[in-house]
Amino acid sequence: MKRVYVNEAWCLGCHLCEYNCAFANSGLQDMATALKGKPIYPRIHIEGSDAITYAVSCRHCTDPICVKSCIAGAIRKRDGVVRIDQTKCVGCLTCVLVCPYGALSPNENGVMQKCELCLQNSCGEPACVTGCPNRAIVYEEREEDA
Amino acid sequence: MGVEYLTPEYEVIRNENRCIACGVCVRQCANEVHAFLEGTEKIISDDAKCVDCQRCVSLCPTHALKIVKNDCRLRENANWDNDTIREVYKQANSGGVLLSSMGNPKPLPVYWDKILINASQVTNPPIDPLREPMETRVFLGKRPQKVERGADGKLRCELLPMIELSMPIMFSAMSYGSISYNAHASLARAAQALGICYNTGEGGLHEDFYAYGDNTIVQVASGRFGVHENYLEAARAIEIKMGQGAKPGIGGHLPGSKIVGDVSRTRMIPEGSDAITPAPHHDIYPIEDLRQLVFSLKDATDYRKPVIVKVAAVHNIAAIASGIARSGADVIAIDGFRGGTGAAPTRIRDNVGIPIELALAAVDQRLRDEGIRNDVSLVVGGSVRSASDVVKAIALGADACYIATAALLALGCHLCRTCQSGKCNWGIATQRPDLVKRLNPDVGSERLVHLMDAWRHEIKELMGGMGINSVEALRGNRLMLRGVGLTEKELQILGIAHAGE
Repeated sequence: MKRVYVNEAWCLGCHLCEYNCAFANSGLQDMATALKGKPIYPRIHIEGSDAITYAVSCRHCTDPICVKSCIAGAIRKRDGVVRIDQTKCVGCLTCVLVCPYGALSPNENGVMQKCELCLQNSCGEPACVTGCPNRAIVYEEREEDA
Repeated sequence: MGVEYLTPEYEVIRNENRCIACGVCVRQCANEVHAFLEGTEKIISDDAKCVDCQRCVSLCPTHALKIVKNDCRLRENANWDNDTIREVYKQANSGGVLLSSMGNPKPLPVYWDKILINASQVTNPPIDPLREPMETRVFLGKRPQKVERGADGKLRCELLPMIELSMPIMFSAMSYGSISYNAHASLARAAQALGICYNTGEGGLHEDFYAYGDNTIVQVASGRFGVHENYLEAARAIEIKMGQGAKPGIGGHLPGSKIVGDVSRTRMIPEGSDAITPAPHHDIYPIEDLRQLVFSLKDATDYRKPVIVKVAAVHNIAAIASGIARSGADVIAIDGFRGGTGAAPTRIRDNVGIPIELALAAVDQRLRDEGIRNDVSLVVGGSVRSASDVVKAIALGADACYIATAALLALGCHLCRTCQSGKCNWGIATQRPDLVKRLNPDVGSERLVHLMDAWRHEIKELMGGMGINSVEALRGNRLMLRGVGLTEKELQILGIAHAGE
């Protein structure tokens, strides 16, 4: 299955992925309209320091601990993709507590959200990948996860 | 210093309706033009620091930015134009020699644009390169003078060493130090993928790139940086650099601040020491000495490597080339006055040297007249900008072209011409690790391969139109060229007829 991978050697820490993610999931047509003057709630985050930066998003684990921990049964894995049914989420933050990657975060309404590989929005493929200026974020199939 | 009299050259225009204050421009500008107004989400710009490299413009996700030339002008004066006055101010401020980078930007004639290419109509058929084979492969080096047979009557087939190229283009010399590790990695990988060569420039060969040796031309310049036995052995060919089109007659100076880490090791000079390239080779005074260096290098490599001698196009280039051809060199590389550089004194870059088109035509004719054209191959550079420039160069007599500015453009260079600052926002002309990493060689080499693939297609189309199916058959075929708007003298030097003749 294809996943989003980050090569920190090429990550510039420009944070474009965060804005592309927030825009992709806004459902709006124009980025300026979607994001201007508002806090953004991206599903990918740049971590690191001045010396090294890298983008972190859901790894879509083989055996996802968030799925096991969700008290509302809102997180499910389907076709290899870990997804959240936002109508079921009760905002207990247990998933935040257990995720070793810090890949889940609440949206502006306190409902949990996470990377679903842009399969549910109009992008069709991860917006963080297509918008990365240095090909630091890639979307590919790798042997070790097959 | 109080007032410096210098108004900002560019203006950063931010469309506040589109700016989402994401801060990409702030984080990406090494010149620190953009900044958040303290304690706010508002981004402000300091126009005076902008060099118009367009990094922020390219990365702005909402296209909120544009850079325009500042229209605040001094009173119009056809003699003292704005730039001339600015240069006087700069020198009055600093007392220094003006420095510039990349090629001569002055509106001097571009002869490529005054030469037109022929095509077949009725009297002979054009060739469709998509349906019929086209040969773009070329070989550089000495041609055999005659067919020879051994004692057994069989043909003697051994040839002198040659450089085989899948197409008549090579990436020209750019040293590691003047450009980044990732820029070199991109060039090396692309050269290998394309079956052509890149050139190390005078800064030595990084140990990681010995693997690309078959596609590498190593340079021996007057500073002899990084030259040792393995370096020569690793290469496909060796180039002696006598001069560079952007700065004929002078040496170079890579500041100590760029001689860090691997650059220092590769150049074999101490960290932080300035890399001074002398203007002359101190072992070459009369031309006989050049022969000595050519054969020293051949001896050192058991006569297995062709030797290129690179010179800048200057006034007596035909006589100079004749001398080089007689020195034992296998290839002469000529660099025209529009060739690029990582740093050159502005006055030299803009006023010294001659156009490559005229130099090429003059050299090819002189070598033919003297019957020594087959002793050497001719490679020309110094602003070969497109496939049609390549085709024109070959028809004027070149065996292949050197390109560097076009290659850097493919890597992201926006020709802001401030390489000398060492703060290249595109990760090319810099050694700052945070900037170097902006050029991912996976992307860079792919873009170079794309560019060359595109040019190869175009070369084939242009040749096909003329009814010619190989680069070898086009070489020196000046009947395929016509001049427009050129004087009798220019046409005579170029050896071409005027359009309509």
